[in-house]
Amino acid sequence: MGKLLEVNNLSISFTQYVQGLQRHYLKVISDLTLDIGESEIVAVLGSSGSGKSLLAHSILGILPYNSHVTGEIKFKGETLTQETKEKIRGREICLIPQSVNFLDPLMKVSQQAVGECKDDEERKEKQIRQREVFSKYGLDESVDDLYPFELSGGMARKVLLSTALLNDPDLLIADEPTPGLDVKSVEETIQDIRNLKENGKGVLLITHEIDVALKTADRIAIFYSGYVIEINKVENFVNSKNLLHPYSRALVDALPKNGFKLTKGVQPLEEVPGCPYYENCPIRLDKCQNNKPELIKHGDAMIRCFNFDEDIPADSEAVVSEESDVIVSEDLVSEELVSEESDVIVSEDLVSEELVSEESEDVVVEEILEVEEVNDES
Amino acid sequence: MIFKDFNKEFFILIFNRFIGLIKINSKNLAKFLGLKAVRLLILLIVIAAISFIMIQLSPIDPVRAYLGQRIVSEEQLAIMGQYWGTNLSLGERVMGWLQTLASGSMGFSLIFRVPVTEVIVQKFTASLTLMVVSWVLSAIVGFGLGVLAGAKEGTWIDKAIKTYSYILQSSPTFWIGLVLLMLFSVYLGWFPIGLSVPIGQLSDTVTFWQWLYRLILPAVTLSIVGIASLTMYTRDKLISVKKSDYFLFAQARGESFWGIIKNHGIRNILLPAISIQFMSFNELFGGTILVEQVFAYPGIGQATVAAGLRSDVPLLLGIVIISTIFVFCGNLIADIIYKYVDPRLRGEEDE
Repeated sequence: MGKLLEVNNLSISFTQYVQGLQRHYLKVISDLTLDIGESEIVAVLGSSGSGKSLLAHSILGILPYNSHVTGEIKFKGETLTQETKEKIRGREICLIPQSVNFLDPLMKVSQQAVGECKDDEERKEKQIRQREVFSKYGLDESVDDLYPFELSGGMARKVLLSTALLNDPDLLIADEPTPGLDVKSVEETIQDIRNLKENGKGVLLITHEIDVALKTADRIAIFYSGYVIEINKVENFVNSKNLLHPYSRALVDALPKNGFKLTKGVQPLEEVPGCPYYENCPIRLDKCQNNKPELIKHGDAMIRCFNFDEDIPADSEAVVSEESDVIVSEDLVSEELVSEESDVIVSEDLVSEELVSEESEDVVVEEILEVEEVNDES
Repeated sequence: MIFKDFNKEFFILIFNRFIGLIKINSKNLAKFLGLKAVRLLILLIVIAAISFIMIQLSPIDPVRAYLGQRIVSEEQLAIMGQYWGTNLSLGERVMGWLQTLASGSMGFSLIFRVPVTEVIVQKFTASLTLMVVSWVLSAIVGFGLGVLAGAKEGTWIDKAIKTYSYILQSSPTFWIGLVLLMLFSVYLGWFPIGLSVPIGQLSDTVTFWQWLYRLILPAVTLSIVGIASLTMYTRDKLISVKKSDYFLFAQARGESFWGIIKNHGIRNILLPAISIQFMSFNELFGGTILVEQVFAYPGIGQATVAAGLRSDVPLLLGIVIISTIFVFCGNLIADIIYKYVDPRLRGEEDE
């Protein structure tokens, strides 16, 4: 099966000026490798604000000017350059944006969906097509003349989706399509995305909501501190034992349905010399501290961990110990603010909307004890 | 190049809004304008009273100013003072002034020896052409430069336009007028050095071209003042549009750069830019006074300076009131544009 999109060793960094003229490179995405086939949904799952969206922007060639990109992006086997990106974006690869803010507030939605046209003939064709797609998603003619601010939440989502589908692209990039939506709308969004797959389209789903990723995707790539640490089939996410990377396991174990198992630690903000998960890893090796593991194939999955290197006997059975102060994933599920100084991660935080701060440490410990007690009793 | 095929639909939108403003919102508009009229009335009363009091407290003696160099006796002075009411208390004088104003009279100009209203109508009409021409000129050039600089942010074009704007912004109008006059009238000899009609010719025999030819240099000078601020404003607005999510999404949809600037950039910055331009009426009026002085252009600006220097109190007060109304109208139009043309605010109004 030919791959629709292949991203190989993509790194994105930004030049920043700190204190006058001192330059500073901020690496946001490091060595990202990913592929999407036809009729496949691949989710990139990572905490909010970790730079996942930049992957989408990079594929579409709309990164800001102070960014620096290395690596390779192939679409249908062809390496993309800035020129080819500009040619295919909006035609073969389309973006489904996050919110109605991505629409021009002063332009009627139908006009925006049609977009720029060379001549009146093209405009007429596109207008007919726009009407078709809008009707398909239950948007009647009265919606055409509305301005973005007049749309309801559900309508806005459908307009954004229809806009992306107008030119019948092969690949869709859904950038955080579900934040702030109610449960019903989230379900609808998931269904809409899955329908795209039925129609033979490839979808890159970028999200921080593990639930959405689990319900939608065929494969999930876990994004940690700028690195993709594991790409695995969605079936394997049901049980953490089937996953390879200790972080992915911790993440799945932290889900309410899997016993709310807690973990401490934060993602490193600064570039580290070794494995980004070294600090928190329960199965770390000596070499992990100063050597970066590569993303390697392991069966159907891909994993970035020395434990799965062929040179070293694989210790894939290593189980995260109960006392381990590992596990991370603070804002994977929730949207709350976590202060940078805090090295405390709270279990309930994974599902609740509470503000976490340093002071909550004690509470957390208590919570942990409680959970352990419950475990003991049971 | 950007304006060549600028989205017609948007102008139709604006046009329809203005039509709609009369049709749909006639009730709202009437209420809005009614409130504004009340505010204008209060403003005028306050301005008229304050400026009158300030003149009264100044060393200008209207009786002396009226008599000029003529020598009169103390007795005659006292009679004049009684006739004009200078012996009344300040409060009585203010009330008298406001009552006369309410009856529609602004008094008699001491310099021109005709009613103040007549002087103002005549002088203001002469200045209006100058102001309208330079206002339109600064709007077009300022907006165009702003869009260009904003779109090309960070390039040498942007830097050149920015430097140009900063220099203009920080140089006084009369100085720019003098420099232009020296360059184009004295050294190059392209334009006359002043006056709105050729010397030795009656004003009603002047042809349109003669008149236009003499208008160019003052109008350009006056427009330069407005250009800089509008350019910087437009540039800033366009840059923030470029950073917006909808700009990003338009790019992701495959629209071309200049297409986005045209369809989304200008669409979003045009209304605020027009409003800003209407709100700059006060600068326009202030600029007119200086420019007319430099170019010896006989308009409201020169009349203001003359009234001030020669203690023509009625004319000075009349001009103060007229300029208040003028600036108020500019702000009113800016308000209307924001309230009724922008579909977002209009929508709220409908509910």
